Amino acid sequence: MSTPPNHGRFLWEILSNKDCSSRFLWGSDGQVAIGDLLQGSCLGDRRQELTGRSVLLSTHDQLAAAVVLIELDGIASRIVICPPDITAEHFPALIEKSGADAVVSDYELPDHACRHGVLRIVAGTVSPAWFQPVEHRATEWVLLTSGTTSAPKMIVHNLASLIAPIGAGTNPGSDVVWGTFYDIRRYGGLQIFLRALLGNGSMVFCGASESPTDHLARLAGRGVTHLSGTPSHWRRALMSPEAQRISPPYIRLSGEIADQAILNTLHAFYPNAAISHAFASTEAGVAFEVKDGLAGFPASLLGRHGDVELKVIDDSLRIRSGRIASRYLDNPSRVLADEDGFVDTGDIVELCGDRYYFLGRGNGVINVGGLKVYPEEVEAVINRHPAVRMSMVRSRRNPITGSLVSADVLLKESEPDGAATIRIEILEICRQSLPPHKVPATVRYVSSLDVAAAGKLARPRA
Amino acid sequence: MSVRATVISQLEEIRQGSKKALLPLTDDLVLLDSGLDSLQIAILVTRLEDTLGFDPFTESDITIPPVTLGDFIGLYEHAAQSR
Repeated sequence: MSTPPNHGRFLWEILSNKDCSSRFLWGSDGQVAIGDLLQGSCLGDRRQELTGRSVLLSTHDQLAAAVVLIELDGIASRIVICPPDITAEHFPALIEKSGADAVVSDYELPDHACRHGVLRIVAGTVSPAWFQPVEHRATEWVLLTSGTTSAPKMIVHNLASLIAPIGAGTNPGSDVVWGTFYDIRRYGGLQIFLRALLGNGSMVFCGASESPTDHLARLAGRGVTHLSGTPSHWRRALMSPEAQRISPPYIRLSGEIADQAILNTLHAFYPNAAISHAFASTEAGVAFEVKDGLAGFPASLLGRHGDVELKVIDDSLRIRSGRIASRYLDNPSRVLADEDGFVDTGDIVELCGDRYYFLGRGNGVINVGGLKVYPEEVEAVINRHPAVRMSMVRSRRNPITGSLVSADVLLKESEPDGAATIRIEILEICRQSLPPHKVPATVRYVSSLDVAAAGKLARPRA
Repeated sequence: MSVRATVISQLEEIRQGSKKALLPLTDDLVLLDSGLDSLQIAILVTRLEDTLGFDPFTESDITIPPVTLGDFIGLYEHAAQSR
């Protein structure tokens, strides 16, 4: 009797039920044969110490994160997956909020990174190892995303919710090579990593300091067949001379609105590729894939009963499925789904004919190349400048990153001396306090900002 | 100022903060090797829209993105001529 494709309760078991003899995870500085990993460990004897622990995972290298995730799923009680912009200075707060009692990294942590009593383990290369059988558990996978303050939101998934969108028997070929411009420590990239593992293929990971051109050259060298990224990732990729060296039969976009221009451009550049765009969010999971080459999605997806149910309330797309996260770890009282189990994605859609099109975000969130920016966080930084009375940060459309951050600033004095200097100082404060994608691309002085009845800034919707 | 000079001057201003070694701005320089990452190229396009009054990327439904600085400047010069 043949084994069901995704038979198993945790990653190691799923992989053990497959032929992994010619499957690899390729990084920029090394590679891991999945078969070796199933009979070895990057944690050595210390893996057993992590049984039942709540583990903060922070690595410089994506490949190291991939290996640790395979090893610890089913063993740790919880894995808090730090994306690359989370550094050791965030650890004390993250450890406190997540209840982590261990940190696994691929580098030596600075002393101040965590308090005494938190186990620290540095992952190394995969070496042969044998472990006593342990009782496996359903590990919580915690993903971090931007919040309105600088503290990230912590969103709890488990392997079942993460792999629910991946159909059994999807891409069964052993010659499938996956790649993603995403980072696997964010939801979009993690989906691709899990698709690679649950299929029978291999995967290429981008290195921590690898340029897009070098990454594309390695993808070409490994013969990538399935490649994913945001529309912004793809626009950047096409600006590289190496883009002509790859010819993936399957191209996937997600994480941002896929407009008709990028779909047409990709079709013209890779005429033999099947191009799909998926709608997903960390909270709601993957909702659907659109494969007809057109922007937006068919209205017929609404009102269906099945694995995923969609509805539109006040122009905002809501999703109910087994793929949604279970809760917020940093703030359990924050509502993730309504009483009927629907997650409000905050994505504003408009019906045009028999198709819905995405207009943007209802809560003002700006999507810069797939990374979320809450206007309030940027405004708080701008308002620190003593000459600023108030500011409003909004989205500005951009053909490269989809959107950019733009700031309207109301100064205390209407035409002060040195307005040009103030603009430079505002940008300097932002650069010191915010990651680059949150720093306003343009700062415009305005003579007034509208305040709505409730006393809040009147933000343009979507 | 010519379109070319405007592009070069805005590009130089944005890449001043770059930590990478800055290559001379020749027409065959690959844009992604110019010291700008894709976010900075996005900012460049926005600033050029404010300065020149147009954005050649959004004026066509199929735009193969420019690979070299020469391609990039050509896109702006072509858009300026056809206006």
